[in-house]
Amino acid sequence: MLKTIIFGFLLGIVGTVAAAYYVPVVDQYRESSVISVAPNGGNMESFRINVPTDRIMIGAPMQAEPLPPGLRWPTEEMFDGVRVELFKVRNTRDTVIGVASRMVADSDQIADSVEWVVHLPARGTFYVTMPAQPADGDRRVGSMRAGTREFRPMQGAVSERWVPNTDNDDPDAPDGHIELVTSLVGTFSDDVTETALTEGAL
Amino acid sequence: MIKYFAGLLLGMLLGMVAASTLLYFNPLASRISLSPLSVSNNEILSVGYSAVPTDSIVYTNNGESRIKPHPENIRELWEAPIRRSEVLVTIVTDSRNNPAGIGIKFSSDSEKSRLINGEALVDSAWHIHLVERGSLFVEQTENYWNYLRKIVVPAYWSTANHWKGLWNGNMTVGPGALGTAAVSGGTGEFAGLESEAVEAVSASAYSVSQGPVSMEGRLNIDLTGNVELTATDIIDR
Repeated sequence: MLKTIIFGFLLGIVGTVAAAYYVPVVDQYRESSVISVAPNGGNMESFRINVPTDRIMIGAPMQAEPLPPGLRWPTEEMFDGVRVELFKVRNTRDTVIGVASRMVADSDQIADSVEWVVHLPARGTFYVTMPAQPADGDRRVGSMRAGTREFRPMQGAVSERWVPNTDNDDPDAPDGHIELVTSLVGTFSDDVTETALTEGAL
Repeated sequence: MIKYFAGLLLGMLLGMVAASTLLYFNPLASRISLSPLSVSNNEILSVGYSAVPTDSIVYTNNGESRIKPHPENIRELWEAPIRRSEVLVTIVTDSRNNPAGIGIKFSSDSEKSRLINGEALVDSAWHIHLVERGSLFVEQTENYWNYLRKIVVPAYWSTANHWKGLWNGNMTVGPGALGTAAVSGGTGEFAGLESEAVEAVSASAYSVSQGPVSMEGRLNIDLTGNVELTATDIIDR
């Protein structure tokens, strides 16, 4: 009997340690990416943000109807030139896959800019800066400054465009959507390749 | 036969309790790491914020956590791909606690978490704009294991469902080799900056029903560049 209890005890220890080692504590839900290969190399991916349904927050001074209701934007004068928005981000299949911040800074000291941080929990995050003035009337084009995880070895351009809704028959249709298009190419170094090999990615 | 089966089950139960206790109290997993930036001679930018959600401009998560989104009517991150994420938008302060800009922190539970190693990891990214100075992006992996053990679990064990005390800890454990975050400058005086940072937390009260009641965070960002320290440097200081 005692031997059985000792055997069970050891089995319990081994089972718990094995479960702690092998069973993932976190398993992020993944939507398969919708990426196309660009003709001149690299890849392209399009994200969309339906407005106003995907807008979580608008942080700006003196709003008549703040979003979300009850938001209190800092009253200090120094924040008058800063505008922050938070959004949910969708893929081209119209499924929410992440969240993003858009920050516009209007300043006398530094050049005006538009910045995006797009956070896709299962894939990584990337940071984009764009000039305040659109390149061709309706499209701003900026560059990816930094990326994490899947986006770490990537570099390239990201564009932002407002696309108004033209379907007047659907009363539930959004006003339009913001289209973000990334055109990225990998910058694999030996170091990155070795990392990818050890992680079984290649 | 039934007697032996019951003995086996009892033994397994005892073994599971023993192993769980060992994992929880594992002294090797509760090391408080020294921030390499605290012993660096480089120029450090210190940015503080309140980690109490009700002090923030907005805070949102999946809406099912004990920590409630703020303000109350903010949209929640309930969709499957983002339900293990949270976003904090807050005023960030300088080293004298004066408002300096706006910080947005995105956090998601990390799939690299391993309880056997004492790792409750969170992948997070800061988007920080310092007014009249410029913007920064900070990428980091944080380990909440010590925070959970020293603050959250004791709050649950407390009969008042509350923890009070003083706990200071570095949350950043990567991606830098020295346990530092990666900093990328975006605009203004930070344009082109590639550097490192460490986020530390100072907590003094936690409630089971509300989450952090009194907690401050601080990001120390190296403005000079790479931190190059040897073991001898750290011992000397």
